[in-house]
Parts: sequence; C-alpha cells; structure tokens
Amino acid sequence: METKKNSKALFDKKIISKAIIDSFIKLNPLSLIKNPVIFIVGIGAALTTLIFFTDLSEGNFSAFNLQIMLWLWFTVLFANFAEAVAEGRGKAQSENLRKSRTNTIARKKTDAGEVKVSAIELRIGDVVICETGDLIPADGEVIEGIASVDESAITGESAPVIRESGGDRSAVTGGTRVLSDNILIKVTSNPGETYIDKMIALVENAKRKKTPNEIALSILLSGLSIVFIVVVVSLKFFFNYYHITLSQDVSSVSIPVLTSLLVCLIPTTIGGLLSAIGISGMDRLLQHNVIAMSGRAVEAAGDIDVLLLDKTGTITLGNRMATEFIPAPGISEKYLADAAQLASLADETPEGRSIVVLAKDMFGIRERNIHELDAHFVPFSAQTQMSGVDLPATEKSHTKIIRKGSLEAIKRYISEGTKIDPNSQGNFMFTQMVGVDIALEGGTPLIVVENKNILGVIQLKDVVKGGINERFAQLRKMGIRTVMITGDNKLTATAIAAEAGVDDFISEAKPEDKLKRIRDEQSSGKMVGMIGDGTNDAPALAQADVGIAMNSGTQAAREAGNMIDLDSNPTKLIEVVEIGKQLLMTRGALTTFSIANDVSKYFAIIPAIAMSLFSTNGFNGPLSVLNIMRLSSPQSAILSAVIFNALIIIFLVPLALKGIKYRPESAINLLKRNILIYGVGGLIVPFIGIKIIDLILTFLKLV
Amino acid sequence: MNYLHDFLQLLLFLILLIPLSYILGNFFAKVFQGEKHFLQPVLGKFENFLYRFSGIDTQHQMDWKEYTINLLIFNFFGFLFLVALQLSQQFLPFNPQHLPKVDLLLAINTAVSFVTNTNWQSYAGETTLSYFVQMAGMAVQNFLSAATGIAVMVALIRGIATRNGKTIGNFWNDVTKSVLYILLPLSIIFSIILLSQGVVDTFSHYVTAVTIEGQKQIIPLGPVASQVAIKQLGTNGGGFFNTNSAFPFENPTPLSNFLEVLSILLIPASLVFTYGKMLGSKKHAWTIFGVMLFVFLAGLAVSYYSEISYNHVFNTQKIMEGKELRFGIFNSVLWSTATTVASNGSVNSMISSLSPISGLIAMLNIQLGEIIFGGVGAGLYGMFLFIVITVFISGLMVGRTPEYLGKKIEAYEIKWSILAVLLPSIAILFFSSVAVVSKNGLSSLLNKGPHGLSEILYAFTSAAGNNGSAFAGLNTNTNFYNILMSIAMLIGRYGVIVPVLAVAGSLVKKNIAPATSGTLATDNFMFAFLLVAVILIVGALTFFPVLSIGPFLEHLLMQSGITF
Repeated sequence: METKKNSKALFDKKIISKAIIDSFIKLNPLSLIKNPVIFIVGIGAALTTLIFFTDLSEGNFSAFNLQIMLWLWFTVLFANFAEAVAEGRGKAQSENLRKSRTNTIARKKTDAGEVKVSAIELRIGDVVICETGDLIPADGEVIEGIASVDESAITGESAPVIRESGGDRSAVTGGTRVLSDNILIKVTSNPGETYIDKMIALVENAKRKKTPNEIALSILLSGLSIVFIVVVVSLKFFFNYYHITLSQDVSSVSIPVLTSLLVCLIPTTIGGLLSAIGISGMDRLLQHNVIAMSGRAVEAAGDIDVLLLDKTGTITLGNRMATEFIPAPGISEKYLADAAQLASLADETPEGRSIVVLAKDMFGIRERNIHELDAHFVPFSAQTQMSGVDLPATEKSHTKIIRKGSLEAIKRYISEGTKIDPNSQGNFMFTQMVGVDIALEGGTPLIVVENKNILGVIQLKDVVKGGINERFAQLRKMGIRTVMITGDNKLTATAIAAEAGVDDFISEAKPEDKLKRIRDEQSSGKMVGMIGDGTNDAPALAQADVGIAMNSGTQAAREAGNMIDLDSNPTKLIEVVEIGKQLLMTRGALTTFSIANDVSKYFAIIPAIAMSLFSTNGFNGPLSVLNIMRLSSPQSAILSAVIFNALIIIFLVPLALKGIKYRPESAINLLKRNILIYGVGGLIVPFIGIKIIDLILTFLKLV
Repeated sequence: MNYLHDFLQLLLFLILLIPLSYILGNFFAKVFQGEKHFLQPVLGKFENFLYRFSGIDTQHQMDWKEYTINLLIFNFFGFLFLVALQLSQQFLPFNPQHLPKVDLLLAINTAVSFVTNTNWQSYAGETTLSYFVQMAGMAVQNFLSAATGIAVMVALIRGIATRNGKTIGNFWNDVTKSVLYILLPLSIIFSIILLSQGVVDTFSHYVTAVTIEGQKQIIPLGPVASQVAIKQLGTNGGGFFNTNSAFPFENPTPLSNFLEVLSILLIPASLVFTYGKMLGSKKHAWTIFGVMLFVFLAGLAVSYYSEISYNHVFNTQKIMEGKELRFGIFNSVLWSTATTVASNGSVNSMISSLSPISGLIAMLNIQLGEIIFGGVGAGLYGMFLFIVITVFISGLMVGRTPEYLGKKIEAYEIKWSILAVLLPSIAILFFSSVAVVSKNGLSSLLNKGPHGLSEILYAFTSAAGNNGSAFAGLNTNTNFYNILMSIAMLIGRYGVIVPVLAVAGSLVKKNIAPATSGTLATDNFMFAFLLVAVILIVGALTFFPVLSIGPFLEHLLMQSGITF
C-alpha cells in the first residue's frame, strides 16, 4: 500500500533510548496505578525489596531473593518500556503533524480592516485572508475565492489540491500552504482543538481514553488478578495447616516466593502490553493518513456490518468513458471511430478525451492537428445538447459535418426541418435498440452522425475502478456488506453494482435516502460505516457508527464524521477496518497467550514450593512428580518462571506494536488460527522457555 | 468385576436422559412462552386463582432491579419462615418423636441452606426435625429454591432474546409457573414410582424393633417418598434421613437408585433445551449440552478408573469402604459425579471414603461452578457466565466487539460476569484458609494430613457451590462452621443471582445484531472446545494449587502407603 509512506523502522535508536529513560520515570506509583496488573507487580517488587534489605540488615544475604527482586523490577520496567516505545513512536509520528502547527502570523480581517495576529489568537468565527505563499493559520472553511493548496505537510501528497468556496471542497486544514490565488477563510476551530491536535493527543497517549473493549478487557484482567491474589494468599494458609497439624517444614513458602507465584499467574503479558497495543493502533492509523477523533471510532470500524459508499469517485473512476464503438449497418467500425475522434478532438471533457484515446487504442488513429485540418469545432451547448466538428471539403472528401449527442438530441437534430430520409430511418431504429442495450448494461449511448447520416453509437460507461471487485470480495469475507449509493437510474445502477460486485445499491438516491438507509440498518442491529465528502452527506456521516469524511470534503462533512481521511481515498475504509480488527485481535490473542502461560508456571512453581511436604530427605517429597519439566532445583524453577514471565513481555513488544496479522476471512478460520498460535502456542512455549532458562541458570550457577 | 455391565448401565442412563430432557425442555419452553400446553386445561384455572388470591398482576413486567428485589424478599421470607418453624417445632403438630426446638445457629444454617438450594445438612434429619418441619419447611423450600433458580434462568433468557426492551418478566409469574407446571407434576409422578419401590411415606412413630441378638433398634420413618422426589428433581439433596440416599427407606432398590440418579440430572438437562428453544437456537443448546456431557463423562471416567485401579496399600482391586454393597462401585461413582456436577447434595455413598482422586473430581466438579448441568436453573445461568467470558476472549480474537446471540458483550456484562464467576471461588478459598489454621476450624476435624484438608475444603466448596453434599469426617454443627458456611452459601447463591440478573437487565436494552460471516458462531464444535477450555482453565487455575497439596498429595501418599 502506498499509504505506508509514513511508516518507519520498528525500533528507532532515538525512540529506544528515550523509552528506556521513560520506563524509569513511569515507575511513579501515580502513573503505575493506571495499569492495575503491573501495579500489583510493582507492589510485589517493593515488598520483596523490603524483605531483601531487612534480611540484609540482619546479616542474611539471599542471592535468590535478590534475583527475584531484580526480575520483578524488570517485569515492571519492561511493561513500562513497551508503553514508552509505543508512545515514542506515536510522538515521532505526530512530530510531522506538529511541524505544520508552527506559530504562523495570520492576517485577520476585521471591520476596521486587516490586522496581523498570531495564529494562536484566532478563535472560531474569525475570518482570515490567505494569499499565494501563505500558510493557512487554522482549520477553516473557504468563504470566498478559489485557490490551489499544497497539503503535502499533512498528507505527504505533493500534488496541489483545489479549495474553493461553496461546493464540496471548501475545507482547509491549518498548516497547509496556499500556492496560488487568494481566499477568505472562516476559522472553524480554536487553537489546540484542531483535528491535528486531537490526533496528536491520541497518538501521544496523553489524553488517550480507553476504548470500550479495552475497558472491558481491563476489568477481566483485574478480576483474574484479584482471584490470583486470593489463590496465592490462601495457599500460604493451606501450607501453614500442614505446619500446625503435622509440623511440616513450610519455610520454602516465603513472601518473595509467593510474590513470584502471584506475578507469574496474573496476566502480566497482556497487562504490560495493553496500552502499547492501543497507542500503536492509533499510530498505524496515522501512518495510513487517517485522523480519528477517538479510539472508540477505530474499534467500531472493526465491527462494521454494512458499508455505504457513494458510487462516483469511490466505486467508479468518477467520469464516464468511451468503451466501445457500435457502427450502424453498412458503416465500418473504423470509420465510426475516426469520425468520433474528429468530433472529440477539441472536446476537453473527460468523456471527449476518452473517445480520442479509445479510437487511438483500437485503430491506431492518431490525434490530428486541429489547425492543419482547418476544422471548425462546435462546442457542447446546453441548447443543442451536442458537440462536433465541421470539416471543409478537401481533394479526398467533401464537406463533413459531424455531430455527437444523446439519442434525444440527435433525433431532434436529424429531423430538423427536413424529414428523416428512409435510409436514416432504419439506422435510427438501430441506434435506438443499441441505446437500450447500452443503458441495460449501465452505460450511456452517444450517437454519432455525419451530415445527418447516422454512423453508429459510442458506448460511454462508468468505469469501475480496477481491483475494486477484489476489495469488495475482501469486505464480504470480513462479513461486511457493501451498499452503493448512486443518483443513477435503476437500470444503470444495477449494471454497475453487478460489475463492481457490491451486495446492494440504492439508485436515484436523495440525501434523505442515505440517512434512512443507515437508520434502517442500525435498527436491525447492524453497525454502519459511511464514506462521504459533501455537505449533504453530513447528516448521514453523523448518523453512521463510523463516518469517514474525505479531507477534500466540506467542513460540515468533516465535522460530522468521526474520522478524516487525509488522502481522500474512499477505499481507505478497508485499512481502517483492518486496523480496528487488528487492535481487538491483538488484545484477545495476547490475553489467551497470557492465560495459557499460567499452566506451565504452575508446573514450575507448585512442585518447587510443595515438594518439601512429607519428604524424607527435605526436598524430594511426593509432589515432585508434578515437576514434569525436571527443573534442577526449587529455586531455579521459581526464578526461571519469573524470568520467563519478564522476558516474554519484551519479546512480544514488536507484536504489540505491529499488531497480529489480519487476513480477511471468516470468523471461524481467524479463530482457529489464533487459537492454534496463541492458545496452544501459549501452552507449549513457556514449558520450553522455562526449561531453557533453568538450564542456563544452572549452567551459570546462579542458583 | 463386570465392566460391560457398568458400561451398559451408563448407556441406558444416557439413552433415557437425552430424549427425556429434550422432550421436557421443549415443554418447559412452552410453559414460559405462554403457549398452549396440555397441563393448562388442568391447572390453568388454579394458576389464575393463585394470582387473583395473592393479588399478583402477571401483566406487570419488571426491570432487573425490581425482579431482583422481589426475588430477594421472597427468599428472605422463606428463610424467616424456616427459622421460625425450626424454633417452634415442639409446639407444632406431626412431631411423634417429640423432638425439641432446634438450636438457633443450626436453624439459621439449615434455613440458609434450604433457601439457597444448597441443602447442606449440619443436622441429622431423623433426630432433629419433626415430620411437620420436614414437610412444611424443608420440602416446601425444596420446591421454592428450585423455582427461584428456574425463574432467574427464564429472566436471563428474556434478557438475551428481547430486542431493545426494558423488562425481564414477572418474578411471581415465573416462580408460580415453575412450581405448578414443572416441579409439582414431575415430583408427583416420581414419588408414586418411589412408593412402588418401597420408599416409606407415613406419619407413624418410629418403629422399635428387636434384633436377633435381642438388642433394641429404632427404625425411623416419615413422609419420605414425597420429599425424596423433589430432593432429587430440584437438585436440592437434603435427605430426610442423615445417611440420605444410602438409607434403604430413601433408596430401596436398584431401580429406585437408577431413577434417583436420572432425576438428579433430568431438570437441569431439560432446561438446556428450554434455553435453546426460547432463544431460537437449538444448535446452540446442543452445543452447551455437549459441553456439559463431555465434562460430566470425563469426570466420571477418571473417578471410575481411580476406583477400580489396583490399590497397592490395601492390596485390593476394589475398595468398598463407605459404599453400599447394594449399589457397588459404578453406581456410587455415577451418583457422586452426577450430584457434584448438578449441585445436588444427596449421597448414596461416603465421598470421604472414595479414592482421593474420586474425591478430587467430586470437589473439582463443584469448584468449576456447578455449571455442568448444575443446579436447577442455576447450572445454566452459571454456564451463561462462562459463555460470556468465552465469547469475550474469543470474540476479541476474531476482531469484533464480542457478541453473544447478537447482543454485544461490553464492560458492564464483563464486570458482573467476572464478579459472579469469582465470588464463589474466592469464598471457597477464603473460608477454607481461615478454617485450616484456626482452632475452631481444626477442632471439628476427624482426619489429619491432606485428608483433613480435603474435608474442610470440601465443606466450603459444597457450601459456596450450593451443592450440599458432605465429604463427611468434619463435624460442622459448631458455631464456627454454622456461621461461616451460612455466609459461604449466601455468597455462592446471591453472589451469582444478582450479577446474572444485572447482566440480563443490561442485555435486554440492547439491539440484536444479525450474524454475519465475521461473527463468532456459538453453535459449533470450535465454540464447544473453547468453552470447555475456559471452564477447565479458570477452574484449574483457581484450584490447582490447593487440590495438588490436598487430595492429589493424599493420592501420592496413599500410593506409598501413608494414610491419615
């Protein structure tokens, strides 16, 4: 995807070194408590530290407790680091945006005339003047004039865009530069409240609000943490029971050991990575040049059931193009093409250009020099509804008067004054029939006549964008139905819908129809996404669960939507949906992984602390059968589990930042793969990991 | 040992259970959906009379808070009534043995136990309670606590099935229907069958017999058959006699034993199909049923295997200590598995004497949350909580806001669900850990070592799981246990009911999203697999540590010849 242009290497040196420092700053309890799972680890680490130093002051140095203490702190730091890296990447991303927010001087228009003020003094409703070369000081709407604007600062796209008052392209973004002409702009946002500001806040985690699913997951994780606290604390009592009733030695169940067990059991992996996942999701969105008003909207995008798309510019290229020449009986196709090209040489409309190109492509008829031909062009007029060319007689041919136009216009033209001659009569019937066929296929017929003789028909068609069919197929696989909205009649709409592969369409649609359709879908429980740019789209964008406004669109549209696509590329929604889904999937997968990990940790720690029960030699009691990993010693087993638990956070940081892979496919297949990788994998991986760490610890004689 | 015989019996059990519960389940659905059914002409008028008589407007629909408050008031008065009966039984009729009033704390414990469908018995029925208290008190609460469970389940179903609603039904209507059309008819049929098998049902004095050795023996009697029927069907389990269904007057013949086991699971299993029918997803019901059956059979298999395995210590293949010779190993294990999964506290053998692994399975069955068939109504709404958690985690993994049958599962639902799943578990661990280190807790203990730990753990597991069966070996009729266990029973019951109703109240307001290919299906093998995984992992993660230093350690020690 070309929109990846803003992405950067996963680990930038600068970001990493800053993140390392931030990891320590984030040890501040006030900041730690925002993440309950990691906060618990922090308390455990502090408790272990206290015990270690108390022992030390009494002259008992415990290398084992020291190592536990260090690894518990590492666990906290690693989780902080994950968050800091995500924030760092977000910051780097937003720096591009921030650059555009430099303190420009605005030319504010007042009753008294023009006043120069700083951009940060502008308020909603102020009117500013921008001329060639000026930076636009704030988000706003063009109220007078037309200008070409360089928006590369925010979109990365170098081609200038046109912004004009009225119509659907009136919105301008602060930080972009006027390249030509001058415009009057009405400011629509206060400083610090622009779209860019909102997005910066989202990627920098400063004001990032937890999304609904994130909140739900946090509750689940906190619940699990609470139950594990009860499990671990009660375990101490159950061991004491053996001490009280049978004088068993239960000194192995010390507070550092129980803390280790607790930290291993609570979902630290997902707990530590949760906020990194959220931040990096917003970051990825920004890499795709989409600005979201909230994280909630991105998540909602993953839930979309129905997507409403405007036909023009989204599904089709936006202009009708000539696709076929259908000659009348007795006329060669090449002759028709030649005449059609001649008639269109001076026609600068996209339709006219496409006729010239088609004739060239099909028959190699080159564009002829207009002046050499000494031709007189007849431009399209509302009166005649036709355009064409008058060619003077040459030695090769007599005078030619070529016209092209709609069936109605041509009918009027050839029956003008005179009666239609019998020859033409037959051809006219033919063109009528062809015309109906073309309309049935979703095209528009254009009739070509030479000296009032019908030569044939040019088929003009809405050309469906290349690859759009596959994109809709992808959406269908994701479970999203696409609905095309078009002002075309039903016949044309049916044909285009079939060609593009949309699931449904609304033809002859009025703005109210869009709104009604969205409400209907929503009342049947569906989540609706909508892409639009015009002011008349605003109500629909606001009503939709996810409304993506084109950056090129009007201010009204941009305010109504909850996302803005800076590239103004309507199929961008697919990426947005993917990011939304990826966010949820990454959280779900890491939660599953985290919980599945616990099984192996039990098999490491429980035998380690319980194998002394009823043992004859002090350590190899009956419960050592649970030591299925054959870990070398109780200390090594506990330490290995804690170390694995800490390291896995670091190992999974890249996954949290990139998100797990999303492929458009049915839910059941997605689930199967993720369960296999993160569920089954989560069961097996730690067994191997803990064993390896145990071997290393034993080899290094650390325990 | 005839394994084939055991297997055939299991097969017969399933062959009867599955179709019967399917038929009954669909019938129950008709009852609650207000459709016409064959009992309506018979009892419909009586039902309407009851509403008119007690001034209940069945048209009045309640939101979840009103429903919950009505339920709590109803149960609270049931509790007060039970306590009052026990404290005044010496003045009340049908007390041929002139049993004195019950001790206050015991009375409270017993009342809580019967109101919460736990039926933990710190008392011995035949020496503590008069016929009148048994009938007007215990038997009545057997019906009402079961009906309360069904009502909650039905309210939950409405919460899931209703689109953009506010109310989840009328509590009084649901309770009345449950008693009138489900519990009463089945109990009447079943008690007649039990009578035919020789279960006693009389108001006569206890009989004094002279044995061949010339010793006097008191043979207790009472209105037993009618109470045993509901005790089994309503997953109550509170025996008329202390030895419960091991006593010939409660369970005289192989046929009575077979039917009593069947009736333990009958209504909980039927309600799965009621659930599916009312939610319009029979396939989903079969999925849940499959999950329950799988966990049930797995537990049974392990339990059975550990009982028939060769025992090194005693040099024997089968241990009959604590089992009725009449029933043998298979029927004892089938019973213990069925009662522990289904929150039915009845016993026909002594769980304490089962092999440590069988004891572990029995305990784990309860600790999983009494959701494998589970208590009447309670099993299914408990299972719903696990479904919510499964749907949430796996729903995230397919990249959508998790949905269950079209309803979005969000923070509110997760909050209450996780609370309801954790409260009973926390209660078990908390109270057990207090008991195992306190003087009051330990003084009631018969055995030391891991077996003693199991005895205490089982008692609180049974209480918080609202099961009611006893491991035995622990004298719980002390102030310490009567109080702590009452609290555990209340947490285990209302700590689940209130959250479930809260979730129902939240779900009812939501719209139902139609299923797409991007929606997580809840009616296929994959989902069943995940649900089993979540149930086992949540259960195992919570109880693995204590079970391993309790029954599992005992098993290991027994293998090497150390017993306590």
